[in-house]
Formats: sequence, structure tokens, C-alpha cells
Amino acid sequence: MATRNEHVAVGAVRRNFAPWSEPGAEPLIRFDGVTKRYGAVTAVDALSLSIYEREFFCLLGPSGCGKTTLMRLLAGFETPDEGRVLLAGVDQAAIPPHLRPVNMMFQSYALFPHMSVEGNIAFGLRQEGLPRDEIRARVDDMLRLVQLSGLAKRRPDQLSGGQRQRVALARALAKRPKVLLLDEPLAALDKKLREATQFELMDIQMSLGTTFLVVTHDQEEAMAMADRIAVMGHGRIAQLDPPNVIYEQPASRYVAQFIGDVNLLEGEVTGRDGDLCTVSCPAVGSALLVASTEPSAPGQAVAVAIRPEKMRLGRGLPPPGTANAIVGEVWDIGYLGDWTTYVIRLADGHLLRASQANVARFVEQPLTWEETVHAVFAPDAAVLLSR
Amino acid sequence: MHRGNAFRTVVLLLGLGFLYLPIVVLVIYSFNASRLVTVWGGFSIQWYVALFANAPLMEAAWTSLKIATLSASLATVLGTLAALALVRHGRFGGRSLFTGLIYAPLVMPEVIVGLALLLLFVSVGADRGLWTVVVAHTTLTLCFATVIIQARLASFDRALEEAAMDLGCPPAKTFFTITLPLIAPAVGAAFLLAFTLSLDDLVIASFTTGPGATTLPMRIYSQVRLGVTPEINAACTVLIAFVAVGLGLSFILTRSGARHRDEAAGEASADAVAERHAEVRS
Amino acid sequence: MASRRGRGSSGGALVRIWPFAWLVVFFALPCLLVLRISLSEVATAQPPYRPVIDWSAGLDGVLAAAAELSLDNFRLLLDDGLYWQSALSSVRLAATATLLLLVVGYPMAHAAARLAKRWREIVVILIVLPFWTSFLIRVYAWIGILKPEGLLNTALLKVGIIAAPLEILNTETAILIGLVYSYLPFMVLPLYATLEKLDGTLIEAAQDLGATPTKAFWAVTVPLSWPGIVAGTLLCFIPMVGEFVIPDLLGGSETLMIGRTLWSEFFGNRDWPLASAVAVVLLVLLVGPIVVFRELEARRSAPGAGGRTGGS
Repeated sequence: MATRNEHVAVGAVRRNFAPWSEPGAEPLIRFDGVTKRYGAVTAVDALSLSIYEREFFCLLGPSGCGKTTLMRLLAGFETPDEGRVLLAGVDQAAIPPHLRPVNMMFQSYALFPHMSVEGNIAFGLRQEGLPRDEIRARVDDMLRLVQLSGLAKRRPDQLSGGQRQRVALARALAKRPKVLLLDEPLAALDKKLREATQFELMDIQMSLGTTFLVVTHDQEEAMAMADRIAVMGHGRIAQLDPPNVIYEQPASRYVAQFIGDVNLLEGEVTGRDGDLCTVSCPAVGSALLVASTEPSAPGQAVAVAIRPEKMRLGRGLPPPGTANAIVGEVWDIGYLGDWTTYVIRLADGHLLRASQANVARFVEQPLTWEETVHAVFAPDAAVLLSR
Repeated sequence: MHRGNAFRTVVLLLGLGFLYLPIVVLVIYSFNASRLVTVWGGFSIQWYVALFANAPLMEAAWTSLKIATLSASLATVLGTLAALALVRHGRFGGRSLFTGLIYAPLVMPEVIVGLALLLLFVSVGADRGLWTVVVAHTTLTLCFATVIIQARLASFDRALEEAAMDLGCPPAKTFFTITLPLIAPAVGAAFLLAFTLSLDDLVIASFTTGPGATTLPMRIYSQVRLGVTPEINAACTVLIAFVAVGLGLSFILTRSGARHRDEAAGEASADAVAERHAEVRS
Repeated sequence: MASRRGRGSSGGALVRIWPFAWLVVFFALPCLLVLRISLSEVATAQPPYRPVIDWSAGLDGVLAAAAELSLDNFRLLLDDGLYWQSALSSVRLAATATLLLLVVGYPMAHAAARLAKRWREIVVILIVLPFWTSFLIRVYAWIGILKPEGLLNTALLKVGIIAAPLEILNTETAILIGLVYSYLPFMVLPLYATLEKLDGTLIEAAQDLGATPTKAFWAVTVPLSWPGIVAGTLLCFIPMVGEFVIPDLLGGSETLMIGRTLWSEFFGNRDWPLASAVAVVLLVLLVGPIVVFRELEARRSAPGAGGRTGGS
């Protein structure tokens, strides 16, 4: 939860950075109708995507959604069956991996075990045939950047996990690539270190201005770091938006369920008054009012998506006339310290999750099991999903 | 628990005793002044003197060393290529035939391999001698080399090669700067095994050799058939010492490497703990 | 997902062609040659068999040679009890030795696998070590131990267990000792490999659920080490059937093993076609086990060969 709040602060710093919404801006990377199949499996399915210079871009999805394949297509380790991959306007099809101006930080880090930290970082520079002093200078710069200056002579197996991660980062950045590809960069770190490293990555990206393309399955990581997130599923992009939009305005049931916790109440649009739709949900019993700018005609099947933290819980039955009040009984309580999650069982057996912040240290009479409660939400706290 | 431990120790001691008894006996009697195995005639190195004066035996040893060096080198190169083909190039046409050709010689009785190769050499009219033995030994040992290197390659993280290419290293150069140094221990082991197998082989060499290329095992065999001789005991002891020194050296080398790594790992985990503390404080 | 990569396919062909070509020329082809010559007649010529394919006569030469092929050698093998006996006793001795190897090797592998890690490494090295010294030498060493006036008899006589020297050398017992001794590492190592990987908590779980240590051993350890048992058995049995050096040095003249028969037909009688026929029979004896071995190997290496999964 903490990271989410901090994300808001960082987002504020970069508020004006939105090249994707500027008309006429040239993307740095363009996937153009790219398809990649492995036998009967289609890993990437006619996918098009543009990523802009200086962007911190996240590919987010469950394993098997094609996100790693997409990254490997850009690095040149896979060739597309259809479509084109363009970098700075140049089709990369004929360019082998070792000549592409992108560098990758591998999930396993792939540090060369028979070379020192220094040797690993210098490896790419040596391939360019740079003069010795220049290599020295750049390696030192990189070591300073990732705060490993004292460890230049160590071997990878003499480093901790966090240090290895930094060496991998330094090695990939040393060549000053146009794009840095990061494959699950934080997956191998433990939770505390992961959170600290997130912010470090963002600082480095900001100071160098390199375009970062991160592949991850961890939504908190993506939310915290990215300018934009592409949520992927089954080889396609399910939604492409900045993190807050992804969270607050998910485009489909898939995205809403993949990112964070959500309650999906299936129903049917019965009426519309301006932006306010009336939806009848069999699970709830009464009609719900939901704000929606999307055109939805009466009779359309939709889902009302409401995040647990956007509901307020009250004891007993709601006062008469309260809009969007869902009545049920407390089925389960999960105390998390900062939050408590209540599972509410509705009359027809549906389970609803509602989270309440524990603002007070002591509560006179906390809600308890099997107690009748009502959950209330504002019409603009929920989203109507037709897909 | 205690009883289990004792039982295990006894089993292992008996087993190892069984394995080492004949070798120990051989070594001891090579220093026996008496010709008789049952009589200890005092310590003597006379059989070693006789051994080094035995010109045919020395010549055979030299031939064997030449054959072993040549065939082991060839087998290591071919075995590396074969292992790369099997591990790296997924499914290709004839893959199962290829795998069969690698595994069949491993279990095929040597008499058949020897006979088959001889028939080949005769039917193409090749002059038999040192080179035909080299070819025969390469054929057998390349399969052993393949299996050893294949095992190492299978556990090799391909991301390392991809990382090298990603950093601008062309594929062929990647093989020599990244892959080969990292599979070097397996390649070395493959060479050693091929070398030993070649040095040791009696049957295949007997079939495929020609005039002027008598190998050490062939010479030893023909003498042994006439009975136990202390001179052969001495020859065997020299061979055993040769192998023991080589293996001991490689063992010490790999051990010290491993210890170095262990210490490093300990240090690294200490660093990790320190790092975590730092994170928590900040 | 399979590692199907566009690049490297041409390089792959270059890499695989050399070892492949080598094995075809120096292994597959010679094996076919053995088959062909087993169908020829012996001749007092150089090479000592007829017909010889006359390659210069082209297809006619090949056809002429093919027309003269005969099954006489195999008929002879069938009719002469000697060959039958040697084939049967080879299989019998190899099977007996395999059983003995399991009895001796399994406890060793089991004990080694349960040692502390440091000791485990040392013991495994000690088990492998003799394998690196000459096979011929190790077999030869047994002559000195087993012969009537050898070490074993002298020791037994001195202690007074026996009154007269035992006849061990030149008997089947000596061959069995030699086989077990020489092949012990090949049995222990595959067994050790599977036993070492065995999760110790499984045994604890079995005991926790009420199995005695003995029952846990038979119900959990043995079934889980089955791949090791199969691998060790095949690795020992197949080459032992065709073994030559051990029966020749340790066995008496009356102990027949097929490898030795082949050797004496070839070097003694210079009957190359008959030796080839014996080789074919030996191969046929071993085809079953070899196929099984190949299958197991293929299954074992299948996960590795499938390639790593690339796209998440």
C-alpha cells in the first residue's frame, strides 16, 4: 500500500511527461502488427505498440502472456513471424542481436562467472573496440552510478543478490543503449530490497534519460515505476495507459481483475440519465447507480467493478433511501495492520470484499463475524465494464 | 541412528577395501626383491630398473602415449561439436539416429567395435598401424566425450550467451569468450577420460593395429598371459602413480577453487545481511 | 515452448556434420560390413573371405558379390553346440554378475548417499578412482591374489581355514569376481546418483506414517531408485556379455564366453566370416537391452532437450 501512495508523489514530478498524447511525436520503438508463434501457441498476436524516447515503460502480465517474447523480439533473440519491429524508424529484421542498439538486463542477470565485476561491465565496451582509458573511465562511472566502486575486482559469485543486480544494470547501461530492456529486474530480490531498488531504478532512468522497457508480472512494481503500463494477456495488449488510469479506469474485466483487488458485480443496464447509468445486479437485489462516460444502451450486459477500498462499511441495515447500499453479513475478516479486509456474504451467496483503513488504534465495538452490515459506494467510485 | 552409522561405515570400508586391495597388492609386490608373490624378499627397485631397460615395453608405452594424445584431442573436438548439436540445435532431421550413434558405442562390446573397424580398414585397403588405432579410439572415446560435455551444456544458462551477444559480441566470438571458458572443466574431463580410455584399451587396439604399432596394453597382455612377472607389476605401478598424480593435482585444483567460492559465498551473504540492515535503517 | 531459433540453423548444420559423418563412416558403416561379411565364406586369401565386392565393376560387382552371400556361417553356429554354449554361458555369467553387483553396489551407494556432504564427495571420488587406472592391470592383479600359490590361498592356509589351496583361478568364480570388481563403479554411480537426489523427508514421512525403517526402505527408497537400478544394470550387463579380457585372464580354457569365442575365431582360426557371424549373434543378444537403454536415456534427457520456455 505504501508504494502506491509514494507513486502518486513521483507521478506528480513527471506530470508533464506525456509524449504519447502529443500529436506528431515520433515513437522510438514501434511494434507493427507483430506475430510470433511457437508451434501451435501464439505468443504474440498481431500486436502493435509505440514506445517513446525517455519513457519508462512496463509490460505487465501473467506468465505466458507474451511479454518476455515481445522483449526478446526487440533484443533480436526471436524473429517475428509477421509484422515489423522498428527502432528509431529502422526495421530491425536484418540486424543480428549483437549489432542492435539496445541492451538487456537479464532476469537471471547472466553475469559472466569467469569475469570480475569490472570485466563484466567492460565487456560490451570492449566489443566496440573503445580505447582502454575510455573503457576505464566509463566502467568507473558505471560503478559509481550503481554504488559498487569498491567491488570492481570481485567475481559475481562473491556478490550478494542486490549487488549482482546492480552489476547487471551497470553492464547493460555501460554501452549507453537507446533502450534498456529489463526482464523482471527485481524478481530475484527480497521484498525490502525490491522496494528500495525500484526507486533507485527510477532515479537512474531520470538522470540518464534512457528509455526503459521493463517486463514484470508484479503489478505493484509496474505501478510504482512506469510512465505507462501495457497490460498483456494472450499475446495481445489488454490496456495501455498510465498506472492511475489502469487502476481507476480498467478497460476490461481482465485488467480490473489482474490489477489489484476488485469486486465484479454482473448485471444489465436498465436506464441512463446523463452520465449516470442504472444497473440491475441480481446479486445485490437493488439497482446500482454508476457514473459512466461510455455510451451504454439499456439492455447491455455489463459488470460493475468496485475496488474494496472504495466502499464504506456500516453496521446493520442502511438508512432508507441510501443509494448504492449493498446488504450482507460479515463472512470473514482479514486483519492486515494498516487495513482490514472484510468478506461480506450477500443474500444469494456472492462474496464481496471491502477494505477499511484502520485509522484509530482502538475501536469500541469492531465489526464481527455474522454481523449484518451494509457497504456503500459513490456512483463515481465504480466503473462499468462491458468487455 | 548410531547403529545405522556404524553399518554404513562398515559397508563402505569393505567395498572400498575390495576395490583397492588388488591395486595395493600390486604396488607392494612391485618392490619385492623376490620373484615369488608369496615370499617377501625385501625391498628392491630392481624390477623398475629392468622395466626401463625393457626396450619393447618402453617403445609400446611411447606408441600408446602418441595414440592417446591424438585420439583424445580429436575425440574432444568432435565430442564438443556433437554435444553442441544435441543440446543446442533442438530437433533436426536424423536427431534420433545421431543420438543412437552416440550411445551405441558406449555399451557395444569392444570385440564388435574392434572387429567392425578392422573389416572397414581391410575393405578400403588402408595400411594398418598407428593411425588406424587413432581412428578407432577416437570413434569410441568421442561418444564418452559427448556425454560428459552434453551434461555440462544442458545446465549451461543460455542467457549468458545472449547477454554477450546483446552487448555486441558476434556469435562465433561468444562461443570462444563465454561458452568455451565456462564448459572448460567438462571439456578437460572429457579429454582426460578419452586419454585414459585410449591408454587402457586392449581389445580394439588388438583388432585395428598393424605391424610396428604395438600398444602398451597389448605388450602387457602378451606378457601377462605367460604368468605374473614383477616387471609388469612395476609397469603397472608406474601407470597407477601417473594417474594418481594427475588426478590428485586436478582434485587439489578444483578443491581450492571450490573453497575459494565457498568463502566468497559466505562473505557475500554477510554483505547481503549488512545491505538489508542498511535498507531497513534508511 | 521449444527453443526454435531462426539463426544458428546453418551454423548448426556445420557443427553437427563432423561428428555425425565420423560416426556414420567409422561406426555405422563398419557394423553393416560385419553383417555382410558374416554372410561370406572363408578363403585362404587376403582378405581371408570371399566374395569381395569388386567396386571397380560397379553395380555388377556388387550384385555378383550379393549373389554369393550365404547363411552357412549361421547354420554352423546353430549346429555346433560350442557356440550355443558360449552364448548361453555369457548371458548366464553376466546376469549372475549383475545380481551380485546389485547386492554389493546398492548398500555401498546407499551408505555413500547418506554420508555428510564432505565425506560423500570423498567416497565417490574413491569409488571412481580405480576406474581411471588400467582395467587390464586391475584384472591382472587378481591373478596374483587368486592363483593356487597366491595371496588369498596363502592367507587362508596360514589362518587354518582351509587345508589345501582352493582352485579359484581359471574357474567361473574367478570370472565372477573379476566382473564384479571391474564393473562395480558402473553400478554404484548410477545408483548413487538417484539415491543422493532422494528427498530424505520422504523416508521420514513414511516412518511418521508408521512404516518401520525396513518397510520404508522397500516401499519408498527402492521404488524411487528404480531408474538408477535399471541404468546400473544395463550399464554393466551389456558390456559384460561381450567381455573378453576378464574370461581370458581369469577363466579357465573350458569357460566359454562369446567375446572370447569371437576373439579366438578371429585371431586363432583366422575365420573372419565366422567371427563376424558370432558378432552378429552377440549384437542380436544385446539389441533388446540396448533399445531399452536408449529409451530410458531419451526419456531422461527429454526435459532438457525440449528447450527452455522463452515467452512469459
